[in-house]
Amino acid sequence: MVVIDMSNELSGRVAIVTGGASGIGAASAALLAEAGASVIVADLGEGSKDKAIGRFMPHDVASEDSWRTLLADVLKHEGRLDIVVNNAGISGGAGNPETTTVENWQQVQAVNSEGVFLGCKYAIQGMKHLGTGKAASKGSIVNISSVAGLIGSAGPTAYTASKGAVRLLTKSVALHCAEQKYDIRCNSVHPGGVDTAIFNPLWQAVGHEQGKAFIGSRHPIGRMAEPRDLGEVVLWLASDRSSFVTGAEFTADGGLTAGIGRALLGTN
Amino acid sequence: MARIDGKVVLISGGASGIGAATARLVVREGGKAVLADRDEAKGKALAAELGAAAHFVPLDVVQETSWQAAIAATKQRFNALHGLLNAAGIGVRNTIEDCTLEEYRRVNDINSLGTFLGCKTAIPAMKASGGGSIVNISSVLGLRGAAQAMAYCASKGAVRTLTKNVALHCAQMKYGIRCNSVHPGYIDTPMIAPRLAQNVGNMSGRQSLEAMHPIGRLGRAEEVAYMILFLLSDESTFSTGSEFVCDGGLTA
Repeated sequence: MVVIDMSNELSGRVAIVTGGASGIGAASAALLAEAGASVIVADLGEGSKDKAIGRFMPHDVASEDSWRTLLADVLKHEGRLDIVVNNAGISGGAGNPETTTVENWQQVQAVNSEGVFLGCKYAIQGMKHLGTGKAASKGSIVNISSVAGLIGSAGPTAYTASKGAVRLLTKSVALHCAEQKYDIRCNSVHPGGVDTAIFNPLWQAVGHEQGKAFIGSRHPIGRMAEPRDLGEVVLWLASDRSSFVTGAEFTADGGLTAGIGRALLGTN
Repeated sequence: MARIDGKVVLISGGASGIGAATARLVVREGGKAVLADRDEAKGKALAAELGAAAHFVPLDVVQETSWQAAIAATKQRFNALHGLLNAAGIGVRNTIEDCTLEEYRRVNDINSLGTFLGCKTAIPAMKASGGGSIVNISSVLGLRGAAQAMAYCASKGAVRTLTKNVALHCAQMKYGIRCNSVHPGYIDTPMIAPRLAQNVGNMSGRQSLEAMHPIGRLGRAEEVAYMILFLLSDESTFSTGSEFVCDGGLTA
């Protein structure tokens, strides 16, 4: 029987969490740090710095230069890379197939799809090249997709397409790493409604409590997720507890996609 | 009565492969086929062969203005739009490590943005025609991953969920417009030429692809076209937002 030491099980591991200053990213950063990992919180703007759990690095996921800088900095300061959580994402507003503009489409793809593509590409670079005398990385890449990557009614058009791209991109990355024998796993997470800043437009329109109750009522479980609910999924996928899991989809949506029910988020 | 009597169908990528095979069936079954393609010579030749029920329009799927012009030309020629087949696409081999950002964007623009723009510009014209059916070509690689087709997988995954989003929007708005995705396996068309040229072990590219399909061979474009014809026709009026697989058992 394999016994996993659950205290400090990630000690010595280095994790990057994009969009790590708030929401699912912040909850993931906190749980990874609690498990002993050194966490780099990569997020836009210095404004997020004070709230960061871990070492803050200003980072724009849509910029390849920013990824180069981030990876070089992490390899210089932490000396290795074991976990990348590609969490940064935007909703892009409420466009439907008729109202979505090309500009909006491209802006959303740049962050949600190209950002995750770059995140995986640079994660592999960082995890592959460790200095001599260092324990080999058992890499884990965790990509935050959405229930919108599974079903069509859960989000705006550009967002829905971008999350479908992340779902399949994840499998391609997982298979490549497996074929190359890199010991790097890659999985996607599909949250339902989570109480994060991505819903700010709704909170502003109807108020936080009322909006939360409305979206919660659309989930069979009767509530929205708290960021920590998703952080736990990320932690599990990042750790060796999930060592046989790669190319897979993890839905944490309070039953939203489990069956046939009422209209879903209704934000379309 | 033919299966799609009088229906006007715009086909992106209509000059070759699955698009051309569908155009032939559409015309055979009583419909009008508008072949929209970048390849003007091939598109015009096929339109001429198919006769008065076919028409060629130039189309660059990543340009919204090009879509608008193609839809306008369709309405001018045949006075309506009932069907849209988004068949234009590119197949590119790359992995997460060797794909550049530029290439990732190019593949996603053609396959995914191009399909979105087709849906967006077709919806108003279909509404005005009393409803219609949109068919988006995704792929088995929109259902399963492949290490050597990273950007392609992402783009086809996007088409898969985009299709559902379009279907639900049109249903909610009561437009009478359906939207479904088709997921072909490896079909013997010009698109798979790069893959055919790739030997795997001691097997030729073709042999290795045939071996991947439980049915033991590659698909033919007309086999996918028959599935598309069903989705374009009124035989499938209760199907929307769904995934139709045509892959010789590949994903089974």
